[in-house]
Amino acid sequence: MYDDARLIERNVATMDTKISAKGVDVFYADTHAIKDVNVEIEDKTVTAFIGPSGCGKSTFLRCINRMNDTIDICRVTGDILLDGEDINDKRVDPVQLRAKVGMVFQKPNPFPKSIYDNIAYGPRIHGLAKNKAELDDIVEKSLRRGAIWDEVKDRLDAPGTGLSGGQQQRLCIARAVATEPEVLLMDEPCSALDPIATGQVEELIDELRLNFSVVIVTHSMQQAARVSQKTAFFHLGSLVEYGDTGQIFTNPVDPRTESYITGRIG
Amino acid sequence: MTDATAAAAPTNPAKSSLLAVNDRIRRRNAAEARFKYYGLAAIIVGLLSLVILLTAILSNGIPAFQRTVVQLEVTVTPEEYEAAEGTLFKTKEYEALFVGALSATLENAGIDADLSSDALERLVGKVGNNLRAFYRENEDQLGQPVTFEVPAASRIDRYFKGTLAVENITAENRFIQPADVDVAEAMMEAGLMATVFDWNFITGVDTGVDNPGGAGIGASVLGSFLMMFVVLVLALPIGVAASIYLEEFAPKNRFTDLIEVNISNLAAVPSIVFGILGLAVFIQFMHLPQSAPLVGGLVLTLMTLPTIIIATRASLKAVPPSIRDAALGVGASKMQAVFHHVLPLAAPGILTGTIIGLAQALGETAPLLLIGMVGFVARYPETFMGGLEGPNSALPAQIYNWVSRSDAVFTEKAWGGIIILLVFLLTMNIIAILLRRRFERRW
Amino acid sequence: MASAGGDRRNLHSLPNYYGYHAALWAFVPAFVLLCLWLIAQPLLIGASLSANVPAGALGDGMNMSLLMSDVSRVAGGLDTAVAGGAISAADATSPALTMDSLRATLTAAGVPIGSDVGDVVLRLAQQYRASSAVGYGLMTAAVAILAIGGLGWAWTRTNAAFRARNIVERAVLGLLIAAASIAILTTIGIIFSLIFNTVEFFRLYPASEFFFLLEWAPSFSGRGGASSLGVLPLLWGTLYISLVALAVAVPVGLLSAIYLSEYASPTVRSVAKPLLEILAGIPTIVYGLFALLTVGPFLVSFFGEGGYLGVTWMGGGTAVMTAGLVMGIMLIPFVSSLSDDIINAVPQAMRDGSLGLGATQSETIRQVVLPAALPGIVGAILLAASRAIGETMIVVLGAGAAARLSLNPFEAMTTITAKIVSPLTGDSDFASPEALVAFALGMTLFVITLGLNVFALYIVRKYREQYE
Repeated sequence: MYDDARLIERNVATMDTKISAKGVDVFYADTHAIKDVNVEIEDKTVTAFIGPSGCGKSTFLRCINRMNDTIDICRVTGDILLDGEDINDKRVDPVQLRAKVGMVFQKPNPFPKSIYDNIAYGPRIHGLAKNKAELDDIVEKSLRRGAIWDEVKDRLDAPGTGLSGGQQQRLCIARAVATEPEVLLMDEPCSALDPIATGQVEELIDELRLNFSVVIVTHSMQQAARVSQKTAFFHLGSLVEYGDTGQIFTNPVDPRTESYITGRIG
Repeated sequence: MTDATAAAAPTNPAKSSLLAVNDRIRRRNAAEARFKYYGLAAIIVGLLSLVILLTAILSNGIPAFQRTVVQLEVTVTPEEYEAAEGTLFKTKEYEALFVGALSATLENAGIDADLSSDALERLVGKVGNNLRAFYRENEDQLGQPVTFEVPAASRIDRYFKGTLAVENITAENRFIQPADVDVAEAMMEAGLMATVFDWNFITGVDTGVDNPGGAGIGASVLGSFLMMFVVLVLALPIGVAASIYLEEFAPKNRFTDLIEVNISNLAAVPSIVFGILGLAVFIQFMHLPQSAPLVGGLVLTLMTLPTIIIATRASLKAVPPSIRDAALGVGASKMQAVFHHVLPLAAPGILTGTIIGLAQALGETAPLLLIGMVGFVARYPETFMGGLEGPNSALPAQIYNWVSRSDAVFTEKAWGGIIILLVFLLTMNIIAILLRRRFERRW
Repeated sequence: MASAGGDRRNLHSLPNYYGYHAALWAFVPAFVLLCLWLIAQPLLIGASLSANVPAGALGDGMNMSLLMSDVSRVAGGLDTAVAGGAISAADATSPALTMDSLRATLTAAGVPIGSDVGDVVLRLAQQYRASSAVGYGLMTAAVAILAIGGLGWAWTRTNAAFRARNIVERAVLGLLIAAASIAILTTIGIIFSLIFNTVEFFRLYPASEFFFLLEWAPSFSGRGGASSLGVLPLLWGTLYISLVALAVAVPVGLLSAIYLSEYASPTVRSVAKPLLEILAGIPTIVYGLFALLTVGPFLVSFFGEGGYLGVTWMGGGTAVMTAGLVMGIMLIPFVSSLSDDIINAVPQAMRDGSLGLGATQSETIRQVVLPAALPGIVGAILLAASRAIGETMIVVLGAGAAARLSLNPFEAMTTITAKIVSPLTGDSDFASPEALVAFALGMTLFVITLGLNVFALYIVRKYREQYE
């Protein structure tokens, strides 16, 4: 544990911290789902959360943009700072927070609207475009960033639900980046996709790193190794180890991390 | 730190603090709150309607359960009895006896009033029959003082219930005059009049328009119960049998599809269409008696079947297949598995559905009007079969019948009838809820 | 048992199945015969009696069915009188009995007979009773013989190898199928009873007038004369009232459903939802009374003469508005619980997607959830509309009796259902177009609501499949 703390300190000294969590606990009714998690997530970096199923990585991810607010029985304690501001502060509007911290979900969930409207939804509600031309611009830019523009540019009026799974997920990513967030949270974005679509999305994540701080939850250690610069390993609700991806995968400090990586747990 | 991030994020030139709420957010939050209030307002409108409806029912209906009575000790001598029995208008004679006694009592009590028989008759209504019936039954009471409790006139009754418009009480009014009210008040004080619980309303039978105060709902309640009996006896077995077939045995073919489509459509067919069916098939074609609870029951059975079938199928579906497999695994036939294992487990759900179906049938009016279930029933049927086949009314049809008469007393009775109807429905629903709670099972 | 050598295990089926088998054979054929007989006998006797009616017995304004109903009434009255001891069994069959002497007795037995019923009817009634008695005697004998025969047949077949269970089970399955077919029979019954009488109506009254005449004015005095029976004013009244009802029920019901499913805490939900559903469990007669006696006068006190608003829009308590408002209240829980189901069927992922983008909850509901649920909600509204169109008691009591084509919602209008009830209630015969029109109206109603229902159920089913 002390080693972890040192690791974090070293990172903070060298990089910009975007999100910093201190002593975060999450309870679902009586279940203690997240136990005292401390982590500093850097800007312009892909950070991967790995760990066995039910270890709390998704729950923690949802804390970062307060999606857990929508679950009645869920209670979050501790501080999560975004650019030094506590996101659980009473004055913070979760709506404003979520505009800054976008989220992509496990299952592609396009709205039952046209592709254009799917992308334009966020900019419209946040008032990012002054006129139709600007909105068109944003839509095109977002679809390009989502690496899906070429596939859909001729059928922007077609329903988003008619796309293939991989296209849907890229559409959802494009939809998330359209609101110009600062942080992009991805909850197992590839678990419902086939290998080719997964490859496309992973490529996309790597590009997104240039503009956003990306946090990705994943089952697949290979994926974490491929796309992330930093990796955090969760086990039974606790953050076991956090560090550079290379270090975690080649030279884990904690024996539990080693067990997981070598396939002995999870 | 914040500055550094901002500088490093060229895509977000206008970085804002999370803590500062901008105008747009404020506007959107206001819209959010407004929308939420719309929803809340809708709920309140719904609940308010319920409250108003229940208040209207209770405030208008409760007086129907009370009646104002005149309590008077009367002594009729055997001679007077003989004389009265000898005349042509016997009840008129008894009425005179009663009014005479009342006049004497009032004089003794020192109530200063117009004691003419006309005035007193306006107070007590038609009492002759009560007296005559009593003495014909109990001739040994002749010559003894007997305390009678007879209904006061309906206008007096309504005066005490506060449902009579005071401006109608004028000297020109043939039924009630200002002086009568004073006498009635005085009698109330002297204990000669009282407001009592009206058992007759619950147990009695319908009356003609000349005696609205004496109308009771008992016979039509019986009519409703007879219909419910028919519905229960027919709809439950048929509904359960149909559900078992559809859920457990039916192959997927066009015949079963046809049945399914029929059931879901029948559930949504307006109830009055079932009335037309009953009229045409049971009465016109099969010549079953009109106004009979048997026919009413048959019509309501057809109407209730879809409800029962849908509920039964749901509870059969809720029994896990493992139970069926277990029974089949020990060598039971499919039929045995269903009847010995699945059906008992689904029974509480079936029962709940049946009770809810019955409650629905109990409140149904329109089809009953078409098959003439508005019979005027002056007496209770003597035998069970006679009750099923003879003309009768039903609770809701009786209420409708009363509303369409002009006398305000009947309107009051109609509200009272609604209270009784709702009490029955409430009881049935509570039983259904209790059953569900008691036997609820999670697999 | 004996054939199995006294060992139960040698039997193919459990012993009680042999019993069931025998009972089945004893009862089912006998019961079927009983039913057929009971249906056939009155028809046969009726036919033979009709043949015996003397030519002069049918005077003016009398037709065969009326005469026949008198006959059966007198016969029934005689039965009651004999059972009650008011008249001896011998007297009841004696040819010396006259209608005049009988009338008082029958009235005492609870069967008042009109004065125009003569001795001819009495003779026919006596004949009817005699044939009935013979018929019932024959029936009892035939049923008993069949029952015993069935039992005997089952008995001879009972032996150890006999597969009683399979036969019994096949019979039970047959019963189950028969029960399930009742739904089809009911539909057939509805369709036939509507078609027969509607065809009868159109024979007496031109169909083109029924469908296109803008006037509804049945004349009950002059038979078959100057009645105008156009369905359009009734259809307009029906649609207008339903429209008012939906204008109340849809916003209130939909917003309630949204609030309950998206905002309300579990406590509020668990209290408010059942309370709202009470409204659905209240019988329509109660709503009718509420409309007539509470809402109507209340509206008059605002919109009527001398009302608070100083306008004279409303002539009386019964009006489109009265019935529409009350019907709207009745439909609130219907709309809200259907919409609730439908809104809950929208996957949570879709809400998360929108919330994750920083949409407020109301933006999520209005721009994502509702559009996604739209087909289902439209289906729910159509079902509610069909319910409103078919509703009877509220309009019978609350809407008034005058058929008119008007836009004023405070005027009394009448509906299809109300005009089905009025000619068929009471003792009218079913021969005049004024009475038969009810069946044509019923047909119209049935076709409209069936169309709406089928369409709505189709939409709702398609919608559910989309998210399954």
